Amino acid sequence: MIDKQVPDMAAALADIGDGASVLVGGFGAVGQPNALIDALALSGVRGLTVIANNAGFEPQTGLGKLIGSGAVSKLICSFPRGSTAFDARYEKGEIELEVVPQGTLAERIRAAGAGIGAFYTPTGAGTRLAEGKETRNIGGRDHVLEYALGADVALIQAYIADRWGNLTYKGSGRNFNPIMAMAGKLTIAQVASVVPLGELDPNIIVTPGIFVNRVLTVAGGDPPLATTSASKEGAR
Amino acid sequence: MTAALDHTPFSRKEMAGLVANDIAEGWYVNLGIGLPTVVADHIPVGREVVLHSENGILGMGPVPGPNEADPWLVNAGKENVTLVAGASLFHHADSFAMIRGGHIDLCVLGAFEIAETGDLANWSTSGSDRTPAVGGAMDLAAGARNVWVMTTHVTKSGEPKLVRQCRYPLTAARAVNRVYSDLAVIDVTEGGFVVRAMAPGMTQGRLQELTDAPLAFSLR
Repeated sequence: MIDKQVPDMAAALADIGDGASVLVGGFGAVGQPNALIDALALSGVRGLTVIANNAGFEPQTGLGKLIGSGAVSKLICSFPRGSTAFDARYEKGEIELEVVPQGTLAERIRAAGAGIGAFYTPTGAGTRLAEGKETRNIGGRDHVLEYALGADVALIQAYIADRWGNLTYKGSGRNFNPIMAMAGKLTIAQVASVVPLGELDPNIIVTPGIFVNRVLTVAGGDPPLATTSASKEGAR
Repeated sequence: MTAALDHTPFSRKEMAGLVANDIAEGWYVNLGIGLPTVVADHIPVGREVVLHSENGILGMGPVPGPNEADPWLVNAGKENVTLVAGASLFHHADSFAMIRGGHIDLCVLGAFEIAETGDLANWSTSGSDRTPAVGGAMDLAAGARNVWVMTTHVTKSGEPKLVRQCRYPLTAARAVNRVYSDLAVIDVTEGGFVVRAMAPGMTQGRLQELTDAPLAFSLR
């Protein structure tokens, strides 16, 4: 019998070792698997390369906590601003940063999950972020060569799952999660609930279970309300 | 700059109104964070325009009322938003396929500088003064069918933002079609900047003084 559910956090995070590369889903607090991230921060693992859209926000939870714990040696993201934990380490030179345009980041992850080695994109052509990269004129327009970006582990958040690892999402909680699920060698999903096999309408499953290795139920996992304006720092 | 103002700059609301009025029925539109977001409140009643948010929303609605917020629904600025009837949700790769693939009719962005060639600089003012961060700006500027900029005409210290050549790092080359500043509405053409409208009391001579690149005038 296929059962991807794991009984507890220790089983969910087993085998994540020092130096691992880790994809982390989420855009803002929505779709960010904070329970998994917080536990990883406490696990004592070191030297992680984290691939995520942001660098977290609050230092006490999620990516802010993971970076603050000293577990992360490199961050690949599109918008690291708004994270005091990241700023502190970055200023001291304790964390390496690779900034990638958001759509290029998404497509690099999608490519990795889809078995595509690299692709040419017009995004970033002629800018500082294309320096040192192969550029080719295609159809009269400059395109930049960008390589696929997969990882040892993907930590994602979904909404409802079944024991095969089929996943649904809620609201804007999809964001990077479905493509990261495809691009992780070991994909671990934090979900709000698990229903019996067959109960999820196949028409509404977004991530088929083939992309998922472990499912951990974390009850009450609603993101916090974003009642204050988070955009002062242009938090894209 | 000590002479008394003989013109009245467009207010933020007036700028948003000018932009909104130029958005065509049926367009799919991405509004950037900050001032461009205000445009949503000024789209004429009865004109169907579909708002895109790069984190996976088409059909984004207004900010929710008190106690109505869905914690699972945020916009690109990480603020809770609502959905309109007909909205759809999708993942980031699809969202940026819409942008890069030329399916988004318009994006409205802020800017540090716009060159007369349409080059846009809006993501970094220096190589070292703070953490670099680009978000989705490069994808939007490179991919949307129309790229409009909303900005003050000059910096806080009075330096022109409409220039011959950008000094700051580029977001995208030859990307901007039109600029809505607080002093004028300006098209970016093959021949450079062409002024279409000016703030009340503004003169052609004064506007040129506040602009680094040469201006042509074809007021509508």
